[in-house]
Amino acid sequence: MSSFKAHSVLPGFNLALGFTLLYLSLIVLIPLSALFVNTASIGLGGFWDVVTGDRVLASLKVTFTASFAAAVANAFFGLVVAWVLVRYRFPGKRIIDALVDLPFALPTAVAGIVLATLYAPNGWLGQYFAELGIKAAYTPLGIVIALTFIGLPFVVRTVQPVLEDVEAEVEEAAASLGAGRWDVFRRVIFPAVAPALLTGFSLAFARAIGEYGSVIFIAGNMPFISEITPLLIVAKLEQYDYAGATAIALAMLLISFILMLTINAIQWWASRREAR
Amino acid sequence: MKLSSLAASLLASAIVLFSAAAHAAEINLLNVSYDPTRELYQEYNAAFAEYWKAKTGDDVVVKQSHGGSGKQGRAIIDGLEADVATLALAADIDALYTKAELIPADWQKRLKLNSSPYTSTIVFLVRKGNPKHIKDWGDLVKPGVAVVTPNPKTSGGARWNYLAAYGYALKHNNGDHAKAQAFIKKLFENVPVLDSGARGSLTTFTERGIGDVFLSWENEAFLATTSLGPDKFDIVVPSLSILAEPPVTVVDKNVDRHGTRAVATAYLEYLYSPVAQEIAAKNYYRPTDAKVAKKYAKQFPKVKTLVTIDGEFGGWAKAQKEHFADGGVFDQIYSKK
Repeated sequence: MSSFKAHSVLPGFNLALGFTLLYLSLIVLIPLSALFVNTASIGLGGFWDVVTGDRVLASLKVTFTASFAAAVANAFFGLVVAWVLVRYRFPGKRIIDALVDLPFALPTAVAGIVLATLYAPNGWLGQYFAELGIKAAYTPLGIVIALTFIGLPFVVRTVQPVLEDVEAEVEEAAASLGAGRWDVFRRVIFPAVAPALLTGFSLAFARAIGEYGSVIFIAGNMPFISEITPLLIVAKLEQYDYAGATAIALAMLLISFILMLTINAIQWWASRREAR
Repeated sequence: MKLSSLAASLLASAIVLFSAAAHAAEINLLNVSYDPTRELYQEYNAAFAEYWKAKTGDDVVVKQSHGGSGKQGRAIIDGLEADVATLALAADIDALYTKAELIPADWQKRLKLNSSPYTSTIVFLVRKGNPKHIKDWGDLVKPGVAVVTPNPKTSGGARWNYLAAYGYALKHNNGDHAKAQAFIKKLFENVPVLDSGARGSLTTFTERGIGDVFLSWENEAFLATTSLGPDKFDIVVPSLSILAEPPVTVVDKNVDRHGTRAVATAYLEYLYSPVAQEIAAKNYYRPTDAKVAKKYAKQFPKVKTLVTIDGEFGGWAKAQKEHFADGGVFDQIYSKK
């Protein structure tokens, strides 16, 4: 037991752990187990039939590829935004800093409607895309745009504090020792922010997978092309098929969970390598 | 544009709220309905309150809830305390019986005319001047015509759209179901966007400029031409359409618990009165009262053939299972790629 419960100078471990478990149960575990119970009514065979349906598989592919693309875009541009916000002083910086959080605060449906208005073939931005022969709204590209919008704060807000901790002197030291700009970035800055970047990436990714409100307005929702999995869940609910809906939800949950575990494992592996 | 109607509805709800505050003894009813009936019931609730006050001396305040028909049905099943349900199609009210036994199986026989005090139909909304010369369902499957409709899996109105098209195809192929399905498949190949609800699709068509024709509830089409500008859209009436009967019912388990059965029943029965029928007609729903129908005959374009869900498709339960359930005809359209 002693190795399990290491002595700490801080009191209240039992109380705190008890509270943590109770809280997690109420907020996370009980709703999740309800998902399992609901799905159980159709059995394993029924579950398999639902989640391997053509449209479900196609929608999973759309959802996960679009979410991945959006998370990659956010990882790149989010890093740039965080960098600018941390390293430079310029007028209006506070406002830009606050702007980053806007996708958090905006109701997702509003975001979806605004984006659809902008990127529709007759919209402000959409008309220029249309001239280039690119359809943005009502295609998978529209989904990526919406998901990039809602995922931006995750990367910026996780990378920003870490970047603030990397002192500019370290970079100056590296430079004075003859490292080029690219070397400074690659050897000094990137290793420091990489874990935070990965966390931000996985948060943005996870958020994108479950996103419904903003996407349905801009996706076009065509089966096999731009239909996201959450929409299929809603469609099942509309037909009063609760078991089918929860089965798809469970499949999404499992896939997301495996992905998150993998990302965590990569992070753990990277931090160990770093430590050596 | 829409602002005036918004202001009017705000004013109306303010008046409702104010009168609610002014009188202490009052009855509350919750009417759970679908999207396009918002304006209709705002007007009707005021009329009913007046009628009920004169009849019994009691004040009645009717609250409204609107959303997609299927979603509203599910909300009632999941515990929304609706006294009356006024949804887009019988299948969604059937679910109140089959999923939760909130109402008896024969609910639709309790009021006149299949419990449908007003009806509607499906028409085409096209861009001004009808540049693609869309006259009938047959024109919708032509190459280069983009058709906007919501997804029948998630929208009640879209199911009526689909069945109207199917009815047309059946009639023109001597009842051959395989050919009708091929027609529907071709039609949906011309659909560039499938929104989840009727109002979403209307926005896609009117505001985003997507599509050449929008398959619409007749009342929504009128609303679009009157409030969004008669200079932008035209209504085209096809040779055949479907008689859409949005039914109403008292939610038995809820009214018995609230003690509101008498007033809730009166609320629905009064929908058949000439006063209510006039309100329905003014909001572009087709009245069922012969006198009122005659008075407003000019307003509603004549459809040559109106098929019914019972006559052509054997009722909602059957149509739902055949066409819209998982693996049904609609799913097959999209899986045989």
